[in-house]
Amino acid sequence: MTQQHPYLLEMQGITKTFPGVKALDNVTLKVRPGTVHALMGENGAGKSTLMKCLFGIYKPDEGEIFLDGRKADIKNSKDALRHGVSMIHQELHPVPQRSVMENIWLGRFPMKGVAPLRFIDHKKMLQDTVALFEDLNMAIDPKQLVGEMSVSKIQSLEIAKAVSFHSRIIVMDEPTSSLTGNEVEQLFAIINKLRARGVSIIYISHKMEEILRISDDVTIMRDGKYVGTWQASELTIDDIITRMVGRDLSERYPARTNKPGDVMLRVDKLTSIHPHSFKDVSFELRKGEILGIGGLVGAQRTELVEALFGLRSIKSGAIFKDGKQVNIKSPGDAKKNKIALLTEERRVTGIFPVLSITENTAIANLGLYKTKFGFLNESKMKVEAENGVQKFKTKTPSVNQLIRNLSGGNQQKVLLARWLLTDPDILLLDEPTRGIDIGAKFEIYSIIIELAKQGKSIIMISSEMPELMGMSDRIMVMSEGRVTGILEDKEASEEKIMRLAAQHGSQAG
Amino acid sequence: MEATKGLKAKNMFSQNAIWLVLIVLILAISVMDVNFLSITTFRDMLIQSSTRLIIALGAAFVLITAGTDLSAGRVVGLTAVVSASMLQMSDYGSRFFPDLPQMWMIIPILIAIAIGLLVGLLNGFIVSKFHVPPFIATLGTMVAVYGANSLYFDMPPNNSQPIGGLRKDFSHLGTGSIGSGDFSLPYIVLIAIFVAFIVWVVFNKTTLGKNMYAIGGNIQAAHVSGINVAKNIMWLYAIAGALYGLAGVLEAARTGGATNNYGNMYELDAIAACVVGGVSTTGGVGRVKGIIAGVLIFTVINYGLTFIGISPYWQLIIKGLIIVVAVAFDIRKYVAKK
Repeated sequence: MTQQHPYLLEMQGITKTFPGVKALDNVTLKVRPGTVHALMGENGAGKSTLMKCLFGIYKPDEGEIFLDGRKADIKNSKDALRHGVSMIHQELHPVPQRSVMENIWLGRFPMKGVAPLRFIDHKKMLQDTVALFEDLNMAIDPKQLVGEMSVSKIQSLEIAKAVSFHSRIIVMDEPTSSLTGNEVEQLFAIINKLRARGVSIIYISHKMEEILRISDDVTIMRDGKYVGTWQASELTIDDIITRMVGRDLSERYPARTNKPGDVMLRVDKLTSIHPHSFKDVSFELRKGEILGIGGLVGAQRTELVEALFGLRSIKSGAIFKDGKQVNIKSPGDAKKNKIALLTEERRVTGIFPVLSITENTAIANLGLYKTKFGFLNESKMKVEAENGVQKFKTKTPSVNQLIRNLSGGNQQKVLLARWLLTDPDILLLDEPTRGIDIGAKFEIYSIIIELAKQGKSIIMISSEMPELMGMSDRIMVMSEGRVTGILEDKEASEEKIMRLAAQHGSQAG
Repeated sequence: MEATKGLKAKNMFSQNAIWLVLIVLILAISVMDVNFLSITTFRDMLIQSSTRLIIALGAAFVLITAGTDLSAGRVVGLTAVVSASMLQMSDYGSRFFPDLPQMWMIIPILIAIAIGLLVGLLNGFIVSKFHVPPFIATLGTMVAVYGANSLYFDMPPNNSQPIGGLRKDFSHLGTGSIGSGDFSLPYIVLIAIFVAFIVWVVFNKTTLGKNMYAIGGNIQAAHVSGINVAKNIMWLYAIAGALYGLAGVLEAARTGGATNNYGNMYELDAIAACVVGGVSTTGGVGRVKGIIAGVLIFTVINYGLTFIGISPYWQLIIKGLIIVVAVAFDIRKYVAKK
């Protein structure tokens, strides 16, 4: 063994079994010092379980962890920090009512005075924080309340915190999921700086383009097993997908067999009551058409579709369905006008976690099950829920299962079944495949296309460029609340969409 | 297959564990004093459980929406006083309304229930329209309702005297039974069973019931699903209030009188019974079967431990322990999911 060990972190032969499932089966992860190491796999491939083993949250049944070639015994996240291993979570958990510096030094405030009269040394804390931010080139006010900061700033703060622990390994779980293009660049600049200092980053993300840009090595997992490790420069997106899915996906998107017909929905100069939300949005949606909406974070796409569904108020403008003007003030109104919405935040505004699949399917259209006396027919509910499960191949032991026990993709299928029971003409889909693994994505795409083929009109918001281009008949691009362009499928390119998305909305014609 | 079977068995066990606890409790008390196992004790316990069950079922409407209702006990007190004040014997010496003519018993009963319903509606209105947290909203009505009740109770010529001399037909509602001797069935127990059945139907067979579980399960998703959340919440609180109203009437009838202190702290017993019976404090979960078991457990503790001569102070400690342990187990189910 040489002085400078070739690997900063080695996880070898990690196996972890839960009742009924082998979550990890002989998994290996070897991270070189000063590299960005992407960890990839579909949801459920075992990435999080592996990281939980690294942080001592789970104790592996078999396998060993080495840091710098020495065996490390990490029992909890405190141990991990002491070994220089820290994690930036996908969902950040700062204390919003406290300042930036207090958040960084929480639990280890610098003290002054003599016991028992020891007090927090605010001056030193401020100095340390300023030095930390200067070192990392971050423009953050140490005294600002964290609750007032943007997500990207909070993320920078968490990274600074990890650095303040002198971490040599930083795990980042989907760090760009809520960042804009510009913020991603800033994050990458910080990552590059850390890498240059010999810090290793374990980078978990589903965004292929990003992975190929930032990472040195890529480890791919599938179904709890180790598939392999490659240098990022040797890989293409298709290589990664093939290895993650374990079968050739010759097509990432099913063939579009829908035929757009007459105009179903016309939106005329729709303007939000909020000054910084959508403005003067006009477009048409045809029967059997899939209209994609592209744009960056802050483009107000979600706000627009939520207004079409009656969840947000409009100041001016009109919505025409089948040529007649409709007035939609609540989701109930939208339902009456045969408009359905699948929200972006499936767990927050979609599922009822403690209720069964049957109840989750039935809830938006209970009128369907009323008997003569106004009571609900439960067996009919079950039959409809089972129909939904069969039609969309939802994986579940039974419709009595609580929805929270299903994977994201299967939950999404239940929600689709829920809204299809309201027999909508127009389906608004807000990031319908977010957080869903590739195999399930393909199934959801097929369902969407099938629905369009049946004559339903579909609006689909997506932040994934390939998805927008692969699925849409036309793509409407928004920026800062305004429509900056509508592209026909044939003329769309990533570059064109990007340019429209980055254009200043206020300058749009 | 094996795994599913195991899971089913586990579910069966966890759903019925509360009944197991109840049986073990009864057996344990019987071992200490075999006389406990008699029809008389069981009938007494059922009578004691009746009004509590009605209040607990009312509270469940609110708890399942992830709300809470502190006004229950004071509403019981108000409606007990109101119904008793209008149902005194015509020849009774100190009548609340000396000149009130005799009327059908059902009229004051309906008035009392309507008052409960209105208080509930007010709770629901404050919670759903002004977005005041249910704990605070119902704390406010709890205090105000007691004030209103005390004012009414203090009106001359009553001047805060306990209301007595209730009409025989009214008292009979609370103390009489169908049949006689050991095998008689008290009316009040029958009423409680009937109410439990109706509540079961509402929970399981109506849109309101399904909406209640949905609102408690995820209020935002309920809104997005097109449920009129405000309207449903108002109805649910109103039904809860009406049930407290009915319980107040029965308390007056059972005890043959009423004062403004009737029902004090009953809401806590009701919430405790619900929680022990598997109603989740985080909302969206709760079944009538469990609530019945929850109410019975507390009655058995009260009655049974007194029966074998354990100090009432010890009973309080045991009750407190059971509440905390039950909720800790319930919460554990959700924490473990993370």
